Amino acid sequence: MADKLRAQQQLEQLQARYIGVGHADTTKHEWMNNIQRDSLALYVGHPALLQHFSVALNEPQQKVRKMFIDKTIQPCGPPKDKDAEMED
Amino acid sequence: MTSLYSLTLVPPSSITAAITGQFSGQRQQEIITASGSRIQLLRVDASTGKVLVTASEDLFAIVRGIAAIRIAGAAKDCVFVSSDAGRVAVLEYKPEQRQFVRIQLESFGRSGIRRVVAGEYVAADPKGRAVMVAAVEKSKIAYVLGRDASSTVPVTLSSPLEAARPRTLVYALTALDVGYDNPVFAALETEYDDAIEERQTTRTLAYYELDLGLNHVVRAWTAAVEDSAHMLFAVPGGADGPSGVLVCAENVLEYRHSRGRSLRVPIPRRRSPLDDSSRAKIIVCGVMHKMKGAFFFLLQSDDGDLFKVTLEYDRGIVDTLSIAYFDTVPLASSLNILRSGFLFVAAESGPHLLYQFEKLGDDEDDSARFSSGDYAKGNITDYQVARFRPRVLENLALVDILDSLSPLISSQVANLAGEDAPQIYALTGQAERSSLRVIRHGLEVAEIVASELPGEPIAVWTTKLTSQDEFDAFIVLSFSNATLVLSIGETVEEVTDSGILSSSPTLAVQQVGDDALVQVYPKGIRHISSSKEVTEWEAPLHTVIVAAATNSRQVAVALSTTEIVYFELDDESQLSEYQHRQQMGAAVTALALAAVPEGQLRSGFLAVGCEDSTVRVLSLDPENTLESLSVQALTAPPSALQILRMPDSSESDTSSALYLHLGLRNGVYLRAVLDNLTGDLSDTQTQFLGPKPVKLFSVDMLGQPTVLALSTRPWLAYMRDVRFMVTPLVYESLEFGSGFSSEQCAEGVVGIEGGNLRIFTIEKLSDNVKTDSIQLRYTPRRMAQSPYHALYYVAESDNNTLSPSSKQKLLEMATDKARADYEELPDEFGYAKSNGRWASCIEIVDPNALEVVERIELEEEEAAFSIATCSFSEYQKRQREEEDEDEQADGENLDVYVIIGTAKSVGLIPKSYAAGFLRVYKASEDGRALEFIHSTQIDDIPVCMTEYNGRLLVGAGNTLRAFDMGMKQLLRKSEYKHRALNNIVTVEVAHDRIIIGDSQQSVTYLVYRHADNKFLPIVDDFVARHTTCATMLDYSTVVGGDKFGNVWIVRAPEKVSWDADEDNGARLLHARSYLDGAPERLELISHFYVQDIPTSVHKTQLVTGGHEVILYTGIQGTIGILAPFTSRDDLSFFQQLETLMRGEGPSIAGRDHIAYRGSFAPVKSVIDGDLCELYLVLKEEKKRSVAAELERSVREVERKVLGMRTRFAF
Repeated sequence: MADKLRAQQQLEQLQARYIGVGHADTTKHEWMNNIQRDSLALYVGHPALLQHFSVALNEPQQKVRKMFIDKTIQPCGPPKDKDAEMED
Repeated sequence: MTSLYSLTLVPPSSITAAITGQFSGQRQQEIITASGSRIQLLRVDASTGKVLVTASEDLFAIVRGIAAIRIAGAAKDCVFVSSDAGRVAVLEYKPEQRQFVRIQLESFGRSGIRRVVAGEYVAADPKGRAVMVAAVEKSKIAYVLGRDASSTVPVTLSSPLEAARPRTLVYALTALDVGYDNPVFAALETEYDDAIEERQTTRTLAYYELDLGLNHVVRAWTAAVEDSAHMLFAVPGGADGPSGVLVCAENVLEYRHSRGRSLRVPIPRRRSPLDDSSRAKIIVCGVMHKMKGAFFFLLQSDDGDLFKVTLEYDRGIVDTLSIAYFDTVPLASSLNILRSGFLFVAAESGPHLLYQFEKLGDDEDDSARFSSGDYAKGNITDYQVARFRPRVLENLALVDILDSLSPLISSQVANLAGEDAPQIYALTGQAERSSLRVIRHGLEVAEIVASELPGEPIAVWTTKLTSQDEFDAFIVLSFSNATLVLSIGETVEEVTDSGILSSSPTLAVQQVGDDALVQVYPKGIRHISSSKEVTEWEAPLHTVIVAAATNSRQVAVALSTTEIVYFELDDESQLSEYQHRQQMGAAVTALALAAVPEGQLRSGFLAVGCEDSTVRVLSLDPENTLESLSVQALTAPPSALQILRMPDSSESDTSSALYLHLGLRNGVYLRAVLDNLTGDLSDTQTQFLGPKPVKLFSVDMLGQPTVLALSTRPWLAYMRDVRFMVTPLVYESLEFGSGFSSEQCAEGVVGIEGGNLRIFTIEKLSDNVKTDSIQLRYTPRRMAQSPYHALYYVAESDNNTLSPSSKQKLLEMATDKARADYEELPDEFGYAKSNGRWASCIEIVDPNALEVVERIELEEEEAAFSIATCSFSEYQKRQREEEDEDEQADGENLDVYVIIGTAKSVGLIPKSYAAGFLRVYKASEDGRALEFIHSTQIDDIPVCMTEYNGRLLVGAGNTLRAFDMGMKQLLRKSEYKHRALNNIVTVEVAHDRIIIGDSQQSVTYLVYRHADNKFLPIVDDFVARHTTCATMLDYSTVVGGDKFGNVWIVRAPEKVSWDADEDNGARLLHARSYLDGAPERLELISHFYVQDIPTSVHKTQLVTGGHEVILYTGIQGTIGILAPFTSRDDLSFFQQLETLMRGEGPSIAGRDHIAYRGSFAPVKSVIDGDLCELYLVLKEEKKRSVAAELERSVREVERKVLGMRTRFAF
């Protein structure tokens, strides 16, 4: 039992330290959010990729950047499954 | 196993960030820019207004942020660099070596560009006491900068102080100017919480105070700001101003500080009936400039308009914030103001610009100024919209341009100009700054004079009259039976009393001794003193002089009897003949003498080229005059020789070495080191110039001795930094040349081209690529070459832009007052923008004449995305047979159809559209006009097209379709569809094999079965690559690039490839799909991270007589190649060199080289040539130790490294 508790604590510690560490009840929505946030941060962080988007959209790079960071707040829309979210 | 050698030909030119500072430690301010993996130091010459790239350094890391820091008391600024290394570095610029050196390196996190690893934002305290780096989410790290007086390194970094806040996004970070209080950093943050259904967007401005006493960071103050805020600018503080920040949000600009009121002004909009009010105005970049006792901001809006923002304050409390229109410049990623009165605009697209301030906009009338006093209460949206009228530049004047190929959207390699080597045709730029570039290897030439001569001269020389003369006095022209002397001055006139024999052709003219001239002609030598006294030496009876070499004290001639006769200036300044004549045994084709070294009486060597394909070096030492020292066998008889002292790359900066330059009859140019003592030849470098005998001339260019080599094209051999380069001149082919120096042109060349005399000069040797530009209308997407003519059809489209017809409609709808008020703005102000609208056109471009021949605008939100030419040969044959039974349909006069893939009302994020169309045009008037035939609606956006078997293959969405021509529309013939596919972006065809590249699903090989009229997948990839471009290397191999900056090569297993073509039965038809894909998988051959996103890739040959290479272009303006190794020896040599160079720590940003080149997947079978070339700039002892490891000499290693580049590219 103590082992189990310690494992649980360790997991919680990891979750606090590293963003995106999942757990047994991670919902699809949470997982997708995490993936999307990683992708958006990558788009913003690579200058060439940001320029790539900026040329396609024909908007200034700053505007595309802002759009991507805004999207990071809720990349997959509002949480869908409330019950699953409650367990978090 | 094949291996490739990767080289960058043109480095990326888009600028991510730019900073100003005194990096050399001089009074003059300099600009440092970060582009791709490089940082560059730019210097602006205040007197000429020219911007020069002074130094460029490859960091082998993605540079994300740079900041200038200056420790209190230091004499110069250092550069603080954040990159994908997971480390921060402090670099110092060493002006003597023109290099950056690392003085501090501190690791803080994982490498790579990740969500929570700091590096995205960098802010440095203005007093140089601290730096903060932050990630997009969560982490912020502060470093305290110190000064270590005891060490030679002036800057120290403290251990990192963390200020992490989980679930917090950072939009902007800046360092507050607080004078000498504790450093404060301001961050614009948003917290997110997944548990909350409502999308939260409360934006917070937070002050992070770094307590220098307690050595920790606290979140000292927070305030809610506009929800759309996204950018911060620090306001000067301490003694210079009120401190605080400007917060930029949509449509509004706020001043905020922990004390005092907050003030706001709207961001003014253009006064135009075309203005789309749903588009919020935002600030995209800006700069603060401090002058004596005053400061102002220049902020740029997303239209490119610059606004001058000023603050009025009293005792540290700001009373008024005001904003006024300043001028309009192209959209910038960074603005920099230099104290010498220049504004550097690092443009987002197209060339970067340098402006000079004419005035500071102080005399602007008040109607165009908006002050915070008028916008104090309530909601800013309740006020009337602030408007201004853009106008032509008033405060700024354009003074210089720094060319840039970014963004490079697509390219083709072709030899449309009919030159020796192909040109690269590149689509670059965006919206109003779009262009088609013609890029060719060569130096740009500035012509001074081109004048016609009576008759066709065969040779030309220039000469001074005395050794003290600064400029040349005569131009001597030799015709086949006469010689003409012209004087150089205000006017060019014939000189008759020069003493030069005019009734005979000339072989050489030289100023000798103090004030005498020597003319060598076939029958003898004339020595003309300053008093026009002529001493003549006549060639022995029945012999003629066939070759001559001269310098200021020596003359050597070769007779038709293969004898060498040697003269030297004696004490009485007379030419005296050496008593012995040397028999060479074979006809002499060329002679060369080096210039007399300063302070010596003679040059020690005479080089003799003989008909038996040898070159011999004879000694001119009095001890053993005309004794043969060394012999070198050649591949062909030499046609020209030159001995020249050039800076030696292998030694320190000051030394130089003698080089023997050889031009051979077969068009090969060689350069060999001539040993100063023994006369031995070694370390030969070879380059093929063209299929014509090479002639060599020594000319001085930009203060360095260079060699002009003439073959089918003129070439120049010179040193660039430490590299020896041989580059063609983009100029007429010349027959003869000579150095030219006059008052108007200190360093030039006079040359003969047919019956014309041409005088020209070269202004810079720093760029060996010449680009010509053709202005296009909208952002170019794709281009197609006309099959029979030197023409390109370019599909162009701009998102969120009003087309001319929509503009017209809006104007008609506008009120009479607004319409009367409306003025059409020139194109450089940018096109009128409107959300969701499209402007698009097709242009026909003649790249040789550098002009747009024809433009067809598309209407009704239809936008072009792809273009192809197609013959529809089957259809045309059928048509003709029907029309006229007698007339044979033959391929030569088939019509050419141009098909444009378009879509209506496209939305990109998320993807949406009304419908896709294929518009068919027929090319007429030699391809210079397009005649609309019909348009076919399809169900997705057609992104790629190609001709296949007289049909048109179209990739649209997840479907590949073959169309044939019909009377009313295109007819669908067959299709391939797969639900795993996302968006087919490339399609390549060879025989019956079709290779499609998907934007997310890598490449799939299809085979077309005529019997069943079906496309069958045979093999696909095992990794989902986000393909951007792909091309076939051979029948079973594909090279491609992906969205993340990789170039890769995949190949179908031999058996699979073979079986696919041998399959006569129905095996393929019933093959089992493997894991929901094709039955088989591709093999990965090579993988390499090039940093820039490849936008096109080609297999091509770049140099005459060279091997084929893979050429790729990148969106940031990179052009690079991957060249195959030709021998196993070379491969193992470069593998060893690469390993050794990695050990030298090439990345001063601290990025691990293997990890960098394997950012997304491990490097496979590619050697980094850019890394190997760093060998050339290593320190001398490092060079020696690396060479010793390789068991070779330093020169040998250098020759191999340079040879690799010249063999494949430039």
